[in-house]
Amino acid sequence: MKTDINFTVNGEAVREAIEPRTSLADVLRDNLSLTGTHLGCEMGACGACLVLLDGAPVHACLVLAVQVAGQKIETIEGLNNSGLVADLQEQFHDRNALQCGFCTSGMLMSAHALLSQNSMPSRPEIRDALSGNYCRCTGYEAIVDAISATAERRSKIVEGVQ
Amino acid sequence: MKSPAFEYMRAESVLDAMAAYAGMDGDAVYLAGGHSVMPAMALRLQAPSLMIDLANIEALTGVSLQDGWLRIGAMTRHVQAMTNPLIATHAPLFAAAAPFVAHPAIRNRGTLGGSLAHADPASEFPAAAVAMRAELEIASQTGTRRVPADAFFRDIYETAIEPGEILQAIYVPNPVAGQMIGFDEIARRRGDYAMVGVAVQVVSVENTMTDVSIALFSVGNKPTRAVGAQAALIGRALDGASISAAQAALGDDLDPSDDPQFPASMRVHLARVLLGRVLANLKAVA
Repeated sequence: MKTDINFTVNGEAVREAIEPRTSLADVLRDNLSLTGTHLGCEMGACGACLVLLDGAPVHACLVLAVQVAGQKIETIEGLNNSGLVADLQEQFHDRNALQCGFCTSGMLMSAHALLSQNSMPSRPEIRDALSGNYCRCTGYEAIVDAISATAERRSKIVEGVQ
Repeated sequence: MKSPAFEYMRAESVLDAMAAYAGMDGDAVYLAGGHSVMPAMALRLQAPSLMIDLANIEALTGVSLQDGWLRIGAMTRHVQAMTNPLIATHAPLFAAAAPFVAHPAIRNRGTLGGSLAHADPASEFPAAAVAMRAELEIASQTGTRRVPADAFFRDIYETAIEPGEILQAIYVPNPVAGQMIGFDEIARRRGDYAMVGVAVQVVSVENTMTDVSIALFSVGNKPTRAVGAQAALIGRALDGASISAAQAALGDDLDPSDDPQFPASMRVHLARVLLGRVLANLKAVA
């Protein structure tokens, strides 16, 4: 039986009729056409489906859409449109930190969350933060480079402002 | 794969949840963080007709000091074990174990109570609970009872929780003067289940260990208390000789089975290496 659920996606109020077994990832992709949230393993291992739930990255494949009633979701489309990750995206692009790009939305979610908490992470800290994101093109080194470079650039901007 | 269809209800109280469970004749499942049950349902290992979400139940949340114990609501998330100052001070083995549990996004959703109730023999928090001598508060339709962690874990994925009952809170005794803790694991990849892991709590007064509590994980069907290693340390100073004695005694404490990845003897060897490492690096707590 479908239930009406109200929640917020990328700042917009959404009301959807949802079957309980439907994951948040499926609602984002199928009902709202937000296909930047990718589905790989659908069991919480690959990290391609990460979204921000009330600000924290979670697996959209392991959360039921009915669970997020009243809560705020941010997808890669929201992060992209806000410009908050523009410099991260630029570094990913410049350093070839993606090949097929399937994992990139999830990587950006993890990177964004890490840099929000720790403005100058070490390389081991970056690797730890990405440990739940699979890149099957084996592009990790460039991804770590891109995140590290973004942190350095942001710190220089802050220094410049001060 | 997608989960089979089910009905969903968000319970408002523990009694409410248990009544709904009872009404389903065992064909229901409780939903805490969902990070074990959702993959199990996607794989069709579980197919309940009703999912009872515990997220709204206030009695299952909060971290507070109560009469010499730290009470941790069962729905407390892994990330809170890493950031909550009360847990860092009063249940330090949970804080030390948390960074080893899966990955950041999973720690944002997974719950301490869910991990303990699931009782995966390779998971970190059950061993930490045993080493801290935590007590688990279980709610049934007739009342609540507290079960020591040693008796709570019974077998692989099996605990003292009877069908329909709910793990309500975790109680950890307050640390005493001279208490130290250590936690570590050996895993092939960051965030994977450990090949072997160990949680240690020691009280040392005037250079003599007056209390020792050691639990290992991924070495058997449940968190395993190292009785012999504990006995080898008690009453002695923490030094190279006592650590070697504890490592030697560990062979009688563990009886892992051979598995396709490696033989039992290798697991015992790794456990000895890890125990020695953790004992040598014990950290004082407040």
